[in-house]
This record gives sequence, C-alpha cells and structure tokens, in this order.
Amino acid sequence: MRPSTTEDLAQIVADAASSGRKLEIVGGGAQAEVGAPRQAERLDMTGFSGVIDYDPAELVLTAGAGTPLAQIQALVAANNQMLAFEPHGAPGATIGGVVAAGVSGSRRVSRGAVRDHLLGFKAVSGRGEAFVGGAKVVKNVTGYDLPKLAAGSWGRLFAMTEVTLKVLPKPETAITLAADGLDPAAAVALMSKALASQAEVAAAGHGEGLTALRLEGFGPSVAARKALLEAMAPLRMLPEAEAGAFWSALQAPLPDAPALWRLGLPATAAPAVMTAGLGPCLADWGGARVWLASEDAGAVRAAAEAAAGHAMLVRAPEAMRRAVPALHPQPAPLRALEERVRRTFDPAAVFETGRFQDAD
Amino acid sequence: MSLKMPPPDGRVLARRAEIARALAAIVPDGVIQDLDALRVYESDGLTAYRQPPMLAVLPRTTDQVSRILAYCHREGVKVVPRGSGTSLSGGALPLEDAVLLGMARFNRVLEVDYAERLAVVQPGVTNLAVTKAVEGRGFYYAPDPSSQIACSIGGNVAENSGGVHCLKYGLTTNNVLGVEMVLMDGQVVRLGGRTLDAPGLDLLGVVVGSEGLLGVVTEVTVRILPKPETARAVLIGFPSVEAAGQTVAEVIAAGIIPAGMEMMDRPAIHAAEAFVEAGYPLDVEALLIVELDGPAAECDHLTAEVEAIGRRNGSTTCRASTSEAERLKFWAGRKAAFPAVGRISPDYYCMDGTIPRRRLPEVLQRMEALSEIHGLKVANVFHAGDGNLHPLILYDADREGELERAEAFGADILRLCVEVGGVLTGEHGVGVEKRDLMGVMFTETDLKHQQRVKCAFDPELLLNPGKVFPVLHRCAELGRMHVHRGQTAFPDLPRF
Repeated sequence: MRPSTTEDLAQIVADAASSGRKLEIVGGGAQAEVGAPRQAERLDMTGFSGVIDYDPAELVLTAGAGTPLAQIQALVAANNQMLAFEPHGAPGATIGGVVAAGVSGSRRVSRGAVRDHLLGFKAVSGRGEAFVGGAKVVKNVTGYDLPKLAAGSWGRLFAMTEVTLKVLPKPETAITLAADGLDPAAAVALMSKALASQAEVAAAGHGEGLTALRLEGFGPSVAARKALLEAMAPLRMLPEAEAGAFWSALQAPLPDAPALWRLGLPATAAPAVMTAGLGPCLADWGGARVWLASEDAGAVRAAAEAAAGHAMLVRAPEAMRRAVPALHPQPAPLRALEERVRRTFDPAAVFETGRFQDAD
Repeated sequence: MSLKMPPPDGRVLARRAEIARALAAIVPDGVIQDLDALRVYESDGLTAYRQPPMLAVLPRTTDQVSRILAYCHREGVKVVPRGSGTSLSGGALPLEDAVLLGMARFNRVLEVDYAERLAVVQPGVTNLAVTKAVEGRGFYYAPDPSSQIACSIGGNVAENSGGVHCLKYGLTTNNVLGVEMVLMDGQVVRLGGRTLDAPGLDLLGVVVGSEGLLGVVTEVTVRILPKPETARAVLIGFPSVEAAGQTVAEVIAAGIIPAGMEMMDRPAIHAAEAFVEAGYPLDVEALLIVELDGPAAECDHLTAEVEAIGRRNGSTTCRASTSEAERLKFWAGRKAAFPAVGRISPDYYCMDGTIPRRRLPEVLQRMEALSEIHGLKVANVFHAGDGNLHPLILYDADREGELERAEAFGADILRLCVEVGGVLTGEHGVGVEKRDLMGVMFTETDLKHQQRVKCAFDPELLLNPGKVFPVLHRCAELGRMHVHRGQTAFPDLPRF
C-alpha cells in the first residue's frame, strides 16, 4: 500500500487495527535487514514526498517523510547548509526512514544525533488518527517533546508523514588529521584528549591502523585548532580523498561481514571490547560507538554489558536475526514502561510486526 | 485568580495528620506541616499564583523518594515536585491537597569524569554549581538560564531550560545524557546514561521538558564541554528593529552561528542601562549583543565579519569587548533585563513565545498595536538567533484590573506567535500560565496523544496534575489503559 494523503493513510491504519493486521512502515527500505524476519503488509511512505518549506535563514526545513534523503541533502548543500547530524543511507533512503532508524553519522559526537535536530513531525498513530508533535521553530518547549520519541522509534509508534528538521551552516573548511599505527587503547586515549580540548573536534574515529580527527569551521579557526592538535601528538594531514574514504567507511562499516553489531560504550571502555578478540572492529564518536563484526551474539552482548554498554545487531544472516533480538535487552521495569508508551500510540499493536521480538 | 486548578479532594485533606505521620516515618526530619513554614513554597517564579501545599517533604535519598511516591500512589495523594522554585510558568505551583516534594537536599555533585566529558549530579545542585565544579579543569556546563545561580539541574530537566547560549550549544535536552528517575508508583528507572543512543525509545527525551508530570528525577548525568579559549561580545546599535533583524538573518546566512545573539528594544535598553550601566547606547531603537567564542583567531575573524554585516545594515554604534570584564558587563545588562524592568514598573509579566525570525518586524508592530488596545506598555528582549521573544508587559497589580489586562495582553501575544507559525513557549514551559492556551497550538487529538504518554508513566494522574494540559482527561477515558484495582483514581473528578 502506498498512500499519498493523510486521510488514506489514516483509513489504512484504522482498518488494519480493527482487523488485527500488522503494518510495516517502509521508506526506502534501507533498514529492511534490521530485526527478525516478519510477515507484515508493507506501508510504503514514499507517497509523502517533497520539500514543503525551507527558508535557509530560519535554519529549518520541512519535508514529506518519504522525501529521498539525497534530495534534501542536495537542496541544503546548494544553500551552503547541512543536516549537522550527518545522516547517510543506501540509495533511496528517505528522510522519514533516517529519522525513524535514528541514523546519525560521525559528527554526532560534536553536534548531536537525529534526536537533537528533529523539531517536529506530523503522523498518523496506530489509532488511525492524524496528529502533530513538536513545531517548526528551532526553540520550543510547548508540551511533551514527542519528536524525541519519533527519532529512533523504528516505526513502532506512528507513521510519520512530515518532518521538520533543524539545518545548520555548512563549514567553510574541513580537514582531517591522522595518527598512524595506534592500538585501540592509544587511539581512544588520543581521541578523548582531543575531544576534551579546545580544538572543537567535529569527529573522531579509528580503524585499520588510522586514528582520524576532523576539524571544521572557518579557515583561520581551523588553522588555530590544527596547531592545538599537532601540539598534542604527531599527526599528519590526510589528503582529501583519503579522508573522504575513511569517514565513508565509518558510515557503511565492514561491508563484507555477515553479522554486524553497533555498540554504544563509554569511550574509555571501548579498547577492552575492541581487543577482546571478538572480531574486526572500527570505532567512531571517539570510541563511544564501535562497529564490530561477529556471529557470536552471546560473546558480543556479554562484552557490551561488561563495559556498561549495549549492542545492537544491525545486520546478520536470517537464521541469526530470527534467534537474536536486534535491540539490546533492557531491564524489566524500563521494558515495561516502554511497552506502555508504545501502546498509548498504538493500542492494537498494528505496528508491532515482530521485528524486535520484545512486544507482548 | 482566574486559573482553575483540580478541586481539592476532601478525603485527602481530612487525612492530613495521618499522611504527615506516614511521610515522617520515611523522612523523620523532613516533613513540614506548619502553615507559616509551608508558605515558603506557596509560589514559584510566577508569583501571580499562590497556594500553600497541604504538606511538604524534603527527602535525601532515592530510596526515600521511592517510598514517598509509592505511599502517595497507594493512598491516592497528589504530589507536586519542586527544585529551586524559579519556574516562570508556575510549574511548581502547589495544590491545596497535594504533598510538595522538595528536592533541595539532593545537592551533591557525585562524580566528574573528564575523560568521558560528563558529570553526575543530584537534581538539587544549581545550574551554576555544575560549572563551578568543573571549571578548575577548564570545563563548563553549557545551558545557562538567567536564573543559573539559583535554578536547579532537576528543575532544568523538568523545564528543558535554555539560556542565551542555546543557539550554539542547545537546550538542556541536548546536554543531558541520562537520569535516574522514580515513577509515581515508586519504581526506579534509569534512562540513558554514559553511553549514546541507548536501545529502545528515547524516553529520556520525553522526560526532559515534561514539567514534573512523568516522574521525579533523582540523579542527572550531564555533558560538560571544554571552555572555549576566547569569548567576545559585540554590541551593535541600530536605528530600527528591522535593520537589527536583517543583520541577524545575514549573520546566519554568512554561516556564522554565534554563541549567543540577543536583541533588546528601546524600552529594554533604557531600563537595563539605568539599572546596571552596561554601557549601552541610548540613542538606538534596537541593540544586538553578538557573542563569538572559540580560538582567538576565530573570534577576530568573525568579529570583523559581524561588524561588517552590521555596518551594511546601517548600524550606528558598534563595540567589541576588549576584556573579559567588559564582555561580562555587556551581558550584565541583558541578564538583568527582567529586574531592570522591575525597577521601572511595579510589576511585569514575562512572555516567552518563539516565532520564525522573518516575522519579527510584523510581530513587533502588531504587539505595539496590542499594547495600545490593552493600555499597557511592553519592553522586549529577544533571543534573536533562535526567534525566542521575551516581551515584558508592564503593569501594576495594585490597580484594579491591571493583572487581568496584562494576562489578556500576554495571551494575545502568544496567539500572535502561534498565528505566524511559532509556539507558546520557547524555554519557560507551559505550567499553569499557558495551560489554557494549549488549544491555540494543538488540536484536541494532538493533546490527547501527549496526555496518553502521561498515562504510561502515571496512570492515576497523581504527579503534578493541573499543569500543562487544559483538560484533565482520565486515562481510562483517553483509551484503554491501566485501570487501578478496577477503578479509575478520581471517579468524581470534574474536568476543568
């Protein structure tokens, strides 16, 4: 089903809810392989496409949730602006999908995640009712901050038809400095030191023998901050193409690994996880996010927990996805609270397709 | 008082002494029953509304908070949480039949982790005390509401507080990593923490800014940032508000996100200058304070750019601070704008709408017209970078009808903000103050989707009822939800 009006969408959801059918909200399908295999009707949101309002001076953009991410990125780039949380996705990825899957790139460590840039949305809830959350201005505390729930909701609360995002000026200059041959402990130590310094590091990642620090801003400022970092450790300027390849690799990490995990860790705990022999890994966000290739779910989740972190399975063969919940299990009270919140938006569980194996 | 609060439950009031004994069994030295002592809590920063609580309790530990809430939940007693009581929207206004839960004793910084750039603090710690605890190592906590010497971090979490630097550094929600929180039934949960993007729904995100309606926060983990090497403020005066507004738009179009960008109109400039002698020009219609921070090289570069943009737009005065003392002096006038206006008028009423910035000239003109209609003067301070207006309506509460006129004027301003595409509140919260205007911005369906979230956290609506939402729907009526022991909590509670 591919509705293109809110009325049609509301009718589809209401029908599904009353007949006990399940709907999987789909944008560009970029995240289809996250979660357990499931049987659900596809609710294709690409009918809600197009930029609705964009005034660069207001730092706000409103678009249909099914608008291709690439279209939005091209538009804001043409106005010397950007989505600062550095979203990315396979060709065809939609802005609604990026929001629902909570896709943030390397710059998240300095500029925040999707959650920090989603200002408002329009949606149809599992009740088949159209409603709005948040607003279209950059500063708003009127009522509950429902956009925070929308970001990373994985289509389990409501079907978004429109999103309003904060946009920011694109940096005039961006450079990447790199250190070679550091082990994970030394790499994380360097990244932590750099992130805690006045160098205003925009992104910090480590992989394949390279530890990279990105600086962004106006020319004179970048030059001054580069000097600060160079006083901290021996660093070389990464040529632009090499830097581009490094940061791209962090957005689509370990492409050949059959099973891929995304770990959220205290950065200082990352080296222990990375050197535990679990599999190939890359670190982003100064070590606070680690990408790890492993088919041993028990070992990965145990290592994440030992580090007071969490591990999400983002790609795996079907049998593994059937057996292993994608999201890291939560403590019972929190899980129950979350379930209650989901049921307030979707009492008939029309959007619970079994993908996350944690619904009642 | 024109405001209607949920009617007191006579059965609870009749049990006051018994409830006090039960709370004293949990916090032996922390229950206040004396009516005079309770008056301390009768209002917050929104002093137009006053109501002493039935009782106050001042716990010290999460376990005590949990037991207090579990008891009140079991006995059907309402609870109003309170931090430092600086809310400008009445978020901590007590109820006649409610226990006031004061969090002031949660006043310790528990841990600072410089490698992870975070601090773990108790909710009663003041905003400024977080910065004080980490500044020795060159760090600070970015959100800086003007009340930062007094307001508590717990209150900041409840209200999602902003400040003059949130244009670049975000509101509280962008700087809080996690909380420990007690639900109304006494359960303790942890949301977020030391890692980013915890699994599941971002419940932390909806708790921040929930105005004390979802739970009581007992511990907060905040992000601390390295203090910028340099900060410089530039004062730019303009012959018109339009020219100042255009300058703001062009600064942003030039790719500059200043650390702060504030605008004051003529009445606000004069009031502030008379109060603190900040060195503001008095012969201008609008004044911008633009703060730039970062390496000295960046400040030099951007100061020149901002000054040039100002000149292109006809600025008549322009001064960049040359020392830290001077920078703080420039800010002193702005940060003291509210008390400064308090000196030229017996009372003032502060509004907090946000608008799309491009509508500023129109909004100010229409506000001028409203000022004539209501017969009350208005001074404007404005977080210009993010479109957050603070019109200060000047009135005298001792004059018959002026408070009501001020409130009517304020409501008209907020309706205007929503009409041009903005919102009722940018940083002060809805509380009781803007509660009855929520319908201007949201439909009944929108509001019900928000209120059901409350039902997931507090199905009996015992925590801070009467705030934020104009109609107190029972959860059972909002949709099939938890029905407590086969009954709704307030079978005879009328809507208000």
